[in-house]
Amino acid sequence: MHGIQLGHIDYVLLFIYFAFVLGIGFALKRYTKTSTDFFLSGRSIPAWITGLAFISANLGAQEVIGMGASGAKYGIMTSHFYWVGAIPAMVFVGVFMMPFYYGSKARSVPEYLKLRFDEKTRAFNAMTFAVMTVFSSGISMHVLAKLLEQILGFNYHLCIVVSALIVLVYIFLGGLTSAIYNEVLQFFLIVLGFLPLVFLGLKSVGGWDGLKDKLNVVATSNGFEPGTWTQSWAHMGSSSANPMGVEWFGMMMGLGFVLSFGYWCTDFLVVQRAMAANSMSAARRTPLIAAFPKMLFPALVILPGMIAIALHQNDGTFLPTDAAGKVDYNMAVPAMLAKFLPPGLLGIGITALMASFMSGMAGNVTAFNTVWTYDLYQSYIKPGQSDKHYLHMGHIITVVGILLSIACAYAARSFNNIMDMLQLVFGFVNAPLFATFLLGMFWKRATGHGAFFGLLAGTLAAALHNGLTLPVGAAVGIKGGWLCGGHVLHTYPVEMAQNFWAAIYAWTACFVVTIVVSLVTARNKNDNELTGLVYSLTPRIKEHGLVWYKQPAVLGIIVLAAAIALNIIFW
Amino acid sequence: MEKNMSDGMKLDVRLPIGAMFTLVGAIVTVYGMFSDPALYERSLGININFWWGLVMFAFGAFMLIMAWRGAKKH
Repeated sequence: MHGIQLGHIDYVLLFIYFAFVLGIGFALKRYTKTSTDFFLSGRSIPAWITGLAFISANLGAQEVIGMGASGAKYGIMTSHFYWVGAIPAMVFVGVFMMPFYYGSKARSVPEYLKLRFDEKTRAFNAMTFAVMTVFSSGISMHVLAKLLEQILGFNYHLCIVVSALIVLVYIFLGGLTSAIYNEVLQFFLIVLGFLPLVFLGLKSVGGWDGLKDKLNVVATSNGFEPGTWTQSWAHMGSSSANPMGVEWFGMMMGLGFVLSFGYWCTDFLVVQRAMAANSMSAARRTPLIAAFPKMLFPALVILPGMIAIALHQNDGTFLPTDAAGKVDYNMAVPAMLAKFLPPGLLGIGITALMASFMSGMAGNVTAFNTVWTYDLYQSYIKPGQSDKHYLHMGHIITVVGILLSIACAYAARSFNNIMDMLQLVFGFVNAPLFATFLLGMFWKRATGHGAFFGLLAGTLAAALHNGLTLPVGAAVGIKGGWLCGGHVLHTYPVEMAQNFWAAIYAWTACFVVTIVVSLVTARNKNDNELTGLVYSLTPRIKEHGLVWYKQPAVLGIIVLAAAIALNIIFW
Repeated sequence: MEKNMSDGMKLDVRLPIGAMFTLVGAIVTVYGMFSDPALYERSLGININFWWGLVMFAFGAFMLIMAWRGAKKH
């Protein structure tokens, strides 16, 4: 692939976007007077806005570039990350968990853990989460700058400074509301920016049927059955029959259950958006409204990757390859932009790409400043100060958070291994979380000690699993096997299968240890204290007076039915 | 009806979204009308700027109308 040349028109469009993003921050400044406004948007935002922000905050670097790359590498099986790995969890958090998050009046996910369990469980979660968000935001920044350097010839340092400054200014001025409003703007920009790409791409390969024919060639030339790239379930009987290297059980349990529920149901980055909603029913509808566009995103982000590999199969030069002939899948989406969009829409496409990175970054920064201020600063460093003091701290920590993110971006640039290792460690910490929340919300007997030691056990189990197994062909070290000097207990066909199974072990360990420790320790919260935090002790919400299409349960059923239909259509 | 964003408390998000897409849509449409047709070989001979610019403009206008109706209701 050759570099992309931007014209004057493209720069004009890019600057218009920047102007609007900053303008939203300035316009919201006068509404941001208390710490509640700054960190929680004053719980005043309607459901459709928090819903779109809910998916947009998750729409970072990974999604647009990574899902395009997976689309090229694995084909339509990538849709499992949506129809299996996101939708059911989004329905679950909306229908079953949101009543406790929103109803408890907790201001963050770690704060819920404090109310439900105890101080140490909250501290553990708050600290790991804070570090994680800073690193994610830094990685997002780094990937964006590297990409723009590579495809547009932009200066790396300038990209870092500009994207950091823009995000800093609009969050500093308008807090979470500003982040949410910009996420909604970014959502529409990404949809409107990528749709013409999908349309032109599909047209050029002769529509879906034409694409299928071309991808059959891709499949057979990679040694798989025809159809492997265009059927999401048909080739999942064994891990050797598909390019992803996973079989249906590991995928359903690892991705569909543990990883997906762990992310969508417990990650404060997304849950914070729902907590900003203006009512309980709006909070519950947030992830359900988000699920509709999320379901259709594969067409926007995976399909371009599939088209790219089909075109590459034709000429062998559409995507860049290294000396050994290995294809650089990450270039799938940029290559598509360069191929099909003329100046004008190209500017919109590039702007959409930048918007997706910035929304991912901003999501992390707003989650970070809230957890820092409420869960760490107010709880352990300086409790009992005025609201003004905490608002001031929010401003300071936003600047600090951005500076730390920049430091992480440069760390990612210089030491690739450190970043891989950190992501691995975060994976260990995250995998068991959903077991803690599930038991916390639905079993009143679960105790603080149980939760804490369960989490530790889950994290340890994930680390042990990694230390004792290895994907085929990987070197001992960061990829695993470090506990046994390479004499591994099990070898996985691909890294992804190893990740899925690590998650399954971590979740199970956390689940079992939490139950056992809870049973041998005394309850540290009585029934009264747990009202509003645990299912059996919370009065059922009566949704009377709500029209049917606003009722969470009805919406949830529609969403699930639609997701099942999509799975069947593309079986 | 539940609490609406046009409580008078906050900026209606549909305003900046509508304003940006009408502006961007108009610019791209006009650019499509006056740019060199050779540019559109890439987009399979379709003047995608003109047509998609119109789509974005229409979307922006729709957002503005919704924002205006929301403001009037209050």
